[in-house]
Amino acid sequence: MLDQYTQSVLIFMGINVILALSLYLPISAGLLSLGQGGFMSIGAYTSAYLTLNLAWPFALALAAGSLAAGIVGLLVGFPALRIKGVYLIILTMGFGEIVRVFFLNFEPTGAASGLGGIPGHTTLPLLSVIAVAVLTDFWQLRRSRIGRAIAAVREDELAAEITGISLTRVKVTVFAIGGALAGLGGGLYAHYASFIDPAQFGFQRSAEIFVMVLLGGMGNFFGATLGAFTVTLLPELLRFLQDWRMTFFGTLLVVMMIVRPWGIVGARR
Amino acid sequence: MLEQQLLNGVMLGSTYALIAIGYTLIFGVLHLVHLAHGEVFMVGAFAGLAAVKFTGGDIFTALVVGTAASALVGALVELLAIRPIRRRKGHMLAPMISTIGVGIVLQEVVARTFGAEQVGFPHRMEPVSWHVGSVTVTSLQLLILGVSIVLMVALHLFVTRTKLGMAMRATAEDAGIAHTLGIRSERIVLLTFVIASGLGGAAGVLVGLAFNAISPFMGIDMGIKGLVAMLLGGLGNIYGAMAGGLIIGLAEVLSVAYLASSYRDAFAFVIMIAVLLLRPRGIFGSTHYVEA
Repeated sequence: MLDQYTQSVLIFMGINVILALSLYLPISAGLLSLGQGGFMSIGAYTSAYLTLNLAWPFALALAAGSLAAGIVGLLVGFPALRIKGVYLIILTMGFGEIVRVFFLNFEPTGAASGLGGIPGHTTLPLLSVIAVAVLTDFWQLRRSRIGRAIAAVREDELAAEITGISLTRVKVTVFAIGGALAGLGGGLYAHYASFIDPAQFGFQRSAEIFVMVLLGGMGNFFGATLGAFTVTLLPELLRFLQDWRMTFFGTLLVVMMIVRPWGIVGARR
Repeated sequence: MLEQQLLNGVMLGSTYALIAIGYTLIFGVLHLVHLAHGEVFMVGAFAGLAAVKFTGGDIFTALVVGTAASALVGALVELLAIRPIRRRKGHMLAPMISTIGVGIVLQEVVARTFGAEQVGFPHRMEPVSWHVGSVTVTSLQLLILGVSIVLMVALHLFVTRTKLGMAMRATAEDAGIAHTLGIRSERIVLLTFVIASGLGGAAGVLVGLAFNAISPFMGIDMGIKGLVAMLLGGLGNIYGAMAGGLIIGLAEVLSVAYLASSYRDAFAFVIMIAVLLLRPRGIFGSTHYVEA
């Protein structure tokens, strides 16, 4: 069997793949978000509260957390119809902060001191099944009607609308499903970490997810997956640098953007 | 009580305005959200702290050193982390990811040098306070307000009266045409980073003085609020950024005084989302960037 350390690295890798894909979906329709940490914390807190305090079965709690994040994603998706680019990035950053401040003050989930003692339901086999299922969905999506609609919206909104694609439906749907996926990742994270507090889902988390997708390459979902692997593994491989590993990681990001701005496997556009 | 709150709000808002101006200047010339600007601000605060410790509490030296250190860091960021990417004409988001990397590096380097904990900001200034009606003004508040106003007026004069300032506005308007007209846009971009970062550094020292507490991770919160202030004013608009900073500062102080204090950090964002929904271009912005 795998030792504890390898197992935990693999679990974080699986969770990060789900998180990266949760952002890849809106990005593939041209919607940028720097607030995935907010959706993640909604999923984490909801599912953890349900298993911890109401003794819900894990699967049901996970689904509820994901659903809650998806509904919030739907609400955030509507403003996204009117604004784009930089405005959307800052709006989603603001959303992430609002969620963080909310949980920082929300007494039922422990406010600033966090929520501890969450049962460790997330196991490697279970996570592998979920991650593979999500990846399969993304594989299926590529050539599907919806997948093509998403690509059309990204390439040219006006042309997409003329061919009969409902912009509203596509944009709001990808935001909501993205939110639900991030919520799923959050729920899985909470039931592995066993302790969560609002600081874990702040801007740094959102930026990390953003980096995964862009580092891997925005062209297809392999890129996001590879980006998630890289962002999980690299700090582990850099452990020999000890205190300076994050500094090195940051420098590497800069160098990577200079050398391969389109990402590891992304298409040059 | 209201007058006192308004004064506090204006003081806090003027520091946000300085940060927001930095964002908006950089956005103006490069259309880039400089995600490490909050960290550049934080470097200014720590450079100021080092100067204060070295001189035994002299505020003036701290301000100069903080501004200079941030300006230098800002120039290095442009030269090392942004210019090479622009040269290669990468994806429009590549420079933004690069600034995330820069932010991590700056946080870590400062945390290794000064420690990751929150530290105080000792200074040697006579704690004088005046009473005007029901309002109490301390010498420190007056200094913060005074320095912010001087810097903003200086910036206004620079961009409207000097040749370099006009070249900067021309580059922000249309970099291609400005270049054709003989403006060395590369130099202007570098100059913009120096000015924007210098203002951020000054704000860092002022915030250190105001709260008497700085930490290597303070750049994140302040950076996001600065971004919100920029957005409220309209992207690329210097005067909008000033107004946006004041609005955020006032909203924050008034929400603490009259609403729930623990949610103070969320109010700025609620205002932002409301403005974005009603008027996506910001309060003073043009539709220039909304369509892009």
